[in-house]
Amino acid sequence: MTTTPALDVVELKKTYANGVEALKGVSLSVQPGDFFALLGPNGAGKSTLIGILSSLVNATGGDARVFGVSVRTQRSAAMRLIGLVPQELNFNMFEKPFDICVNQAGFYGIPRAVACERAEKYLKQLVLWDKAFEPARAMSGGMKRRLMIARAMMSEPKLLILDEPTAGVDIEIRRSMWKFISGINAAGTTVILTTHYLEEAEQLCRNIAIIDRGRIIENTSMKQLLSKLDVETFVLDLAQPCTALPDVSGVKLSHVDDVTIEAEMSREHDLNSLFATLSTRGVTVRSMRNKANRLEELFVRLVENGKVAA
Amino acid sequence: MNTNANLIAFKTITRREVIRILRIWMQTLLPSAITMTLYFVIFGRMVGSRIGAIADGIQYIDYIVPGLIMMAVITNSYGNISSSFFGAKFGRHVEEMLASPMPSWVILAGYVAGAMLRGLLVAAIVLAISLFFTRIHLYHPWVTFSTVLLTAAVFSLAGFVNAVYAKKFDDIALVPTFVLTPLTYLGGVFYSVNQLGTPWREISHANPILYMVNAFRWGLLGVSDVPLGVAFAVMLSFAVVLAAIGLHLLDRGIGLRS
Repeated sequence: MTTTPALDVVELKKTYANGVEALKGVSLSVQPGDFFALLGPNGAGKSTLIGILSSLVNATGGDARVFGVSVRTQRSAAMRLIGLVPQELNFNMFEKPFDICVNQAGFYGIPRAVACERAEKYLKQLVLWDKAFEPARAMSGGMKRRLMIARAMMSEPKLLILDEPTAGVDIEIRRSMWKFISGINAAGTTVILTTHYLEEAEQLCRNIAIIDRGRIIENTSMKQLLSKLDVETFVLDLAQPCTALPDVSGVKLSHVDDVTIEAEMSREHDLNSLFATLSTRGVTVRSMRNKANRLEELFVRLVENGKVAA
Repeated sequence: MNTNANLIAFKTITRREVIRILRIWMQTLLPSAITMTLYFVIFGRMVGSRIGAIADGIQYIDYIVPGLIMMAVITNSYGNISSSFFGAKFGRHVEEMLASPMPSWVILAGYVAGAMLRGLLVAAIVLAISLFFTRIHLYHPWVTFSTVLLTAAVFSLAGFVNAVYAKKFDDIALVPTFVLTPLTYLGGVFYSVNQLGTPWREISHANPILYMVNAFRWGLLGVSDVPLGVAFAVMLSFAVVLAAIGLHLLDRGIGLRS
């Protein structure tokens, strides 16, 4: 039995009036219940794609279906299934968070009594209830971002699209947002996330697409993508300065400073032989860490490869 | 969305507009009250007492009351929707509505209803002020009420079209300053166009506001410079054409969607 994808994008194209080709035939599929990462460098086409899905941008060609409903030909029905947390703040700063949420529900035809209950529920869950009746402009940046999540949840969408929801938010609030969104996903809502915090995507998402210059350059599971990473770089903090670096088979060592070295090695190479060699040379390692987030390394490589190919 | 959902969405936009009008009442309701009081004092009392009767034995102050009420309705219904909808575009919260399942006509109807309510509220305020200066006899209540409703609808729709095309705040100030104000002053608010000579009398008949002012004057005073049927045909035609333009703009996303 085949299930209808939560999102099925087919050959989606967008050329702006100024001639910029933002999407050059993007196709991807997101399964119901997935937590899906859509990554790409600035200007890759992520926001254009999200704009088309939320009907704020008119596509030039192709189509997108949300649970089988076409965004282009059945706009109203498709929008009922989508909740959007945009990248830019787009609520009326003079209104109160409670009113913003209740009005949002009203736009979806949800009765006011139900809307008031939901507004209280989501504003409380996102720790905004104490600010619910103050003008939104008085809230901090992190609160405004959480308000946009609460607003998007008012229609209890089947597909929640988050366009850089944690941009500029401190780590504590970011983690509380991750927890909330994970809970929403666990309850059955399909989530599509774009972010520049790749650690966020690696921790939360099960599947991933990378878009670059209007094309999907990778679309796979997070596990498969990370398994492609054949080389890792570790940063070793030494107990004493080490001027002459030892030769270790299969490991490329380089200095960062006198007491810090980098070790680049394949994933097949074990760390024991590295430590054994360093130990015989009298080099004591105090601590060790990954140089970069694994997904970050892959992302940079894929985008760089794309540039070379172009 | 089904009928009930559309009704909820319509009420949500209208309610939001009314709350906005009442929240900033010093910008939305008070200015017309002050301006029209000045018109009644200066043109009605001071100048009007020297003019005396103007048409069919009607005193000048009585003659200008319908025109001044219509002037307030026109400027307020137009100004409300153009500033509110452009503000929503400028602040990007129009996206809340554009990305929702609401059909275009509900968005248009909600904003128009809000602007019409402001027009009617200001009309009631100006009418109440006029009672300090003169006595009003309502000759044709249905003509009076339907004229004020149609006029508010026409200028709400016109303000909406202006707001959709506007790219900066200056763009929503241009039409009221350079089009609406001259047309209103030349639309028979302060005089009867029958008193004008050729060709100014004929030229005045090309001004749609003339028909609105005179239909309203017929309702309040029982006199008009234009046939009532023609006046209603003009108002209805403008309302239908402007509603069609507004819907087309929303459906196609012109000025709203990339």
